[in-house]
Amino acid sequence: MENIKIDRELDLKGEVCPFTFVKSKLILEQMAEGEVLKVILDYKPSVENVPKSMREEGQEVLQVNQIGDNLWEVIVRKVR
Amino acid sequence: MSFQFTEEQIKRYSRHIILPEVGGKGQQKLLQSKVLVIGAGGLGSPSLYYLAAAGVGTIGIVDFDVVDFSNLQRQILHNTERVGMPKVLSAKQTLEALNPDVKIITYNQKINKDNVLDIIKDYDIVLDGSDNFPTRFLINDACYFLGKPLVSAAILRFEGQLTTFDYRDKENTPCYRCLFPEPPPPGLVPSCQEAGLLGVVGGIMGTLQANEALKLILEIGEPLVGRLLVFDALTTEFNTVKLRKDKKCPLCGENPTVKELIEYDQSCDIHF
Ligand SMILES: [Zn+2]
Repeated sequence: MENIKIDRELDLKGEVCPFTFVKSKLILEQMAEGEVLKVILDYKPSVENVPKSMREEGQEVLQVNQIGDNLWEVIVRKVR
Repeated sequence: MSFQFTEEQIKRYSRHIILPEVGGKGQQKLLQSKVLVIGAGGLGSPSLYYLAAAGVGTIGIVDFDVVDFSNLQRQILHNTERVGMPKVLSAKQTLEALNPDVKIITYNQKINKDNVLDIIKDYDIVLDGSDNFPTRFLINDACYFLGKPLVSAAILRFEGQLTTFDYRDKENTPCYRCLFPEPPPPGLVPSCQEAGLLGVVGGIMGTLQANEALKLILEIGEPLVGRLLVFDALTTEFNTVKLRKDKKCPLCGENPTVKELIEYDQSCDIHF
C-alpha cells in the first residue's frame, strides 16, 4: 500500500448514510485544496456511497481499504 | 472557513449540505442571513414556513392584523385555536416550533412612511406579501431608496404573479413603478367582497418567493429580475413576461419625480 500523508482523520463508526457523507463533506469543505482526509467507516453501504458522492463533487478518491472486521477507510484528496 | 454545526443541525440541514450548490458553506450563509417578510397571510405563510425550515437565521415579520376564521382557508401558519391572536405572534409560535435556530423578530404594526425605513434597514432581503397597493408602493420605494433586493408577489382569484427587483444594482433592474407607475384608481381594483382567491395560489406563489430569497442568499441560479412570472391555476401554466426599465419611470427613470416616501390612501380596509 502506497504511503499517503493524511492531513485529517474522521472516525465515523456508528454513522450511517447519508450522514457519513454529510460529515465527511463538512470536514473536507473546511480543509485546504490538496489536503487529504481519511474517513473510518463501519457501515457497509457507506463504503460505496461515500466515495461515489465524493467523486460526484469532483473530489479525488485515493483509496478504499478494508482495515478490519466490518471496518473500512476511505482516503480522499480535496481537489476543489 | 470553519463551521460549528451541532449534531442536530447536521441532521436538520443534511439535505441542503449534500447539494454541491449549498454545502456547509451555503448553510452557514443561510444561518447568517436576515430576511424580512411583509404580511403573515396567504403569501407570507408558505414563504415564512420554508425560510424558517431552511434555517434563515433571522426572520422579521410585519403584520398588524389578528387571525380570523376567514384567513384559515390559506394562511397555514395559523390555526383555529389562534383566532383573535395577533398574526405575528401566531407566526412566531409556529416557526419557533419548527426550527429553534431561527430568531423571529415581530413587528405588530401597520407599516407607514415613518417606520418603514427603520424596519427594513437591517435586513438583507425583503419579501412583499402585502394585500394592498399603498403598502406595496411604500415597500417598493423604501427598498429602492435603501438598495435592498425585493421579492414581490401578488395573488388574486386563480392567478399569481412574481418578480424580483434587485435594488442593489439599480442600473440594471426595472422597478415596481416601471410596471405600475402609480396605484390604480380605487374603481379599477376589485372591491373587497369580489376578491376571491383559491388558497393554494398563495401557497405556490409564496413558496416561489422563498425560493427567490434562498437563491439570492446562496448566490446560485438566476434571480427573477427583469421578468414577471404569471401563474394560472386553472390551466396550471406558468408564463414569463420580460420587464423593461422605463426611462420615464417616476422612481428609477431619467427624471424621477418620486424622491421621498409617499403614503397613498387605503382604498379598501378589509385585509386578506
Ligand atoms: Zn422604475
